[in-house]
Amino acid sequence: MADAPLPPRSFQEVILRLQSYWAAQGCAILQPYDMEVGAGTFHPATTLRALGPKPWAVAYVQPSRRPTDGRYGDNPNRLQHYYQFQVLIKPSPPDLQELYLGSLAAIGIDPALHDIRFVEDDWESPTLGAWGLGWEVWCDGMEVSQFTYFQQVGGHDCRPVSGELTYGLERLAMYVLGVDHVMDMPFNDPDAPQPLRYGDIFHQTEREYSRWNFEIADTETLLRHFNDAEAECARILAADPTDGAGRIIPMAHPAYDQCIKASHIFNLLDARGVISVTERQAYIGRVRGLARQCADAFVATEAGGA
Amino acid sequence: MPDLLIELLSEEIPARMQARAAEDLKRLVTQGLVDAGLTYAGARAFATPRRLALTVAGLTAASATRREERKGPREGAPDAAIEGFARSAGVARDALELRDAGKARAWFAVTETPGRPAAAIVAEVLEATVRGFPWPKSMRWGTGSLRWVRPLHAILCLLSDEGGAQVVEMEIDGIKASDRTRGHRFMAPGAFSVTSFDDYRAKLRRAHVLLDAEERADHIWVDAHNAAFAQGLEVVEDRALLAEVAGLVEWPVVLMGSIAPEFLDLPPEVLQTSMREHQKFFSVRNPATGRIEKFVTVAARETADDGATILAGNAKVLAARLSDAKFFWQNDLRTVSKVGLEGMAEGLSRVTFHNKLGTQADRIARIAALAREIAPMVGADPDLAEQAARVAKADLQSEMVGEFPELQGLMGRYYAEAAGLPAEVAAACPEHYQPLGPSDSVPSAPVSVAVALADKLDTLTGFFWINERPTGSKDPFALRRAALGVIRLLVENRVRIPLFYRVFYDHETFHMVTAMLARQEASEKISAELIKRGVDPKSLESFTPSFTQVISSSKYGIGEEEAGMGSLLVFLHDRLKVHLRDQGIRHDVIDACLTMPNNDDLTLLVARAEALQGLLATEDGENLVQGFRRANNILTQAEARDGVEYSFGPDPKLAEGAEEVALFAALDAAEAAIGPAMEAEDFAAAMRAMAQLRAPIDAFFEAVQINTDNQIVRRNRLNLLHRIRTICLGVADLTRLEG
Repeated sequence: MADAPLPPRSFQEVILRLQSYWAAQGCAILQPYDMEVGAGTFHPATTLRALGPKPWAVAYVQPSRRPTDGRYGDNPNRLQHYYQFQVLIKPSPPDLQELYLGSLAAIGIDPALHDIRFVEDDWESPTLGAWGLGWEVWCDGMEVSQFTYFQQVGGHDCRPVSGELTYGLERLAMYVLGVDHVMDMPFNDPDAPQPLRYGDIFHQTEREYSRWNFEIADTETLLRHFNDAEAECARILAADPTDGAGRIIPMAHPAYDQCIKASHIFNLLDARGVISVTERQAYIGRVRGLARQCADAFVATEAGGA
Repeated sequence: MPDLLIELLSEEIPARMQARAAEDLKRLVTQGLVDAGLTYAGARAFATPRRLALTVAGLTAASATRREERKGPREGAPDAAIEGFARSAGVARDALELRDAGKARAWFAVTETPGRPAAAIVAEVLEATVRGFPWPKSMRWGTGSLRWVRPLHAILCLLSDEGGAQVVEMEIDGIKASDRTRGHRFMAPGAFSVTSFDDYRAKLRRAHVLLDAEERADHIWVDAHNAAFAQGLEVVEDRALLAEVAGLVEWPVVLMGSIAPEFLDLPPEVLQTSMREHQKFFSVRNPATGRIEKFVTVAARETADDGATILAGNAKVLAARLSDAKFFWQNDLRTVSKVGLEGMAEGLSRVTFHNKLGTQADRIARIAALAREIAPMVGADPDLAEQAARVAKADLQSEMVGEFPELQGLMGRYYAEAAGLPAEVAAACPEHYQPLGPSDSVPSAPVSVAVALADKLDTLTGFFWINERPTGSKDPFALRRAALGVIRLLVENRVRIPLFYRVFYDHETFHMVTAMLARQEASEKISAELIKRGVDPKSLESFTPSFTQVISSSKYGIGEEEAGMGSLLVFLHDRLKVHLRDQGIRHDVIDACLTMPNNDDLTLLVARAEALQGLLATEDGENLVQGFRRANNILTQAEARDGVEYSFGPDPKLAEGAEEVALFAALDAAEAAIGPAMEAEDFAAAMRAMAQLRAPIDAFFEAVQINTDNQIVRRNRLNLLHRIRTICLGVADLTRLEG
């Protein structure tokens, strides 16, 4: 970190710099998973690949949806659709903290001027049956990342342990770019022939989805879809691993897709306010059950180290 | 006499674990050293966000040689026995010595364990300490199997004396001990060697690390205080936050910033909570106005711009947080002005409290009815109590409480005030949650007491009715806390409520009614039970839940319902025992009072226990209990042997001798005094009267033999003992007293 690079000028530049930085550290830069998820952790490249003994190092952007956080595009920081940048390295390297600080420097956060701290935050995902220890990383009092050493996923001990970094991209970029309202943030270069702001791209969708999430989404349909996804997951996992041609092909990933689906539908039902406190636990338990079975299936596959 | 220095350098240790970890390190290492035969003069442990350190001064350089002798078989014992002994003692057969041992000679094995150098012992003890360290939560990392709170990077382990310093050779999971450490993560990241504790501490300070948490806390407090004072302001004291922040930074730098003027009108609790919970900021108050105007944040480093960037960033984050808070506050006020506080509470009918106990709105209806019922017993206006109960939880639907759950109740008060509700009602919003624990204060305003009691009693009767009772360490609905709350509300306010007879049964009926209404389908079991209680389940459709309506139609049937609500009383008694034991009242004293009548009136129960404890503290009382016990034992034995109960009043005409006559008179006098005292529930007076019996009873037993040959006199005396028993047991069950 000899010369501090010039600060980035747009949202996409923050993303591109993170990608180049982690590519330079040897990570494979994956693309987003093509399903609705609540966080980058749900990407099978994290959830499933954190299991088993095989080394792994990936980084990717993951569009994420949290229906309850929708604010019709009015709130300066809250969105029901946003982006996470996710890094997963297995086994966790001894200098992961330094590597992480290097990534902040790459997007223009000079540690000589800022107050960067690692504040305890034990991560737990009751829906994934996963937990780990780590921190939320603060920059000048703002949480800019989650830093976690995975201990368990889908009920399985992680051996070796993966190190996971999650950057909330909008918030981080707003800070780096000095923007107060997410919708005002330059998405591409402000001097581009067609400068686009975040709001040009997402303001209308935030309004539309907020209304749908909170008021319109049909709860009967959603409930049915939840049950369908659960049943399909079980059916996939129960299928004979030997196919008609005598090939042995267990289907951990297709089953896990159904788990992701169920999890997202649960989030939608939650946003519709039709899930009571006690029912909540039951739903979470059902999704966790799926995640657990998918993890069981995955560790019995080649990628899972079997 | 070398000194030992240990440092365990890791990634950031959670602030809340640091102090305990330092103490554990000290305890485990020093204990291990002592167990291995070393002694030391003193030890101190330290923690920073990245390191645990321990210095042990005046350690012995080596453990002493240990000589052990074991006596074996007699001279001439079979060879096999002697060889077996040698083997078990770990010495060669030839090395056994034949020595005098009393009458005969015997074989002795002598073993000598040579002393070991301190370094070898330290290495062993430190490894065992690290591997077995009692972190509340620990983790693995990378490919290793070692567990630590976060990845452990380096071990510094040094023995130093006048001759110099020596690294203790050891290695744990690939981490080799050395004499090197590192400074501040950003300000002085390079590694350096140290030669002693003093050197270590001084070099750390130069490398921008303050080793001592107390020093960091003092530094923060003094700097914060001075910065505030310079502007005529004061820092709001918050010890927990201070300790936490001192655990987040190795080099604290205090920075004070302003809260933007548009947020200054927010309630101070909102500002304080938002700043503390989200940002770990201290609040800075203007003593003239009481308003919070500024904040103090503690940065982990110095910067070239004197913290300007850091402060600007923090202020920005705070502004975002506070604009959220302000948005919530304004929305909530708008809601209240439009639909009132009850209107705000409306949404609670869509929130399930528990699937067997209905919605939050059902629960509130029950609490309101019960609060109304309890109101006269606590001196509260029933209308106000009911109104307070109806709005006390309304703020659960407010946006502010949605964001800051810890502000529940407090926001209710602000919104009640904004809605122009009576002051008693507004006060009940926060106070009805109290007491939140054994050290939280208990409300005393009658309306608050009524709602607080109704709230907790509804929870207790509800969960006991549906058989969700605490077991072992599991208490998911915090029923123990609710029970303690009921106890403290009643006892500390000297409130008299016969819980079992006036609350439990009727309120249980109410739970059944709610359940029937909520499910809208007949549950046969509940419906049968309601019919038994005189409530027609068919009429429930048009039933407006009203407590009076329930109880006017419900017939109390003792016995049948003891199983459910009886066990709630037992549960409350158990919690009362724990509570009173903490107040220094003996458990057997409580037991002696628990079995007395009206034991569902906890205030009465406590008054009795206190009086009995007072009695037992006097010599007369202690001796009276002895006398009672003697009378009771003789009587019980006689009754068991004779198979009869000696309960026909004794005849004074059969009394022989002055002592017996005197006892008759004393019992008459005691009875005459105890009766009215008990009537007036003046237990102290009753106990005093009972204590008067001590001298006559002692004298009686001194002079008189109970089991005489004259059967008429014997029977009369046993009947006399029965009177003692009856009188004493009428005050408290003295048979339960120990000792």
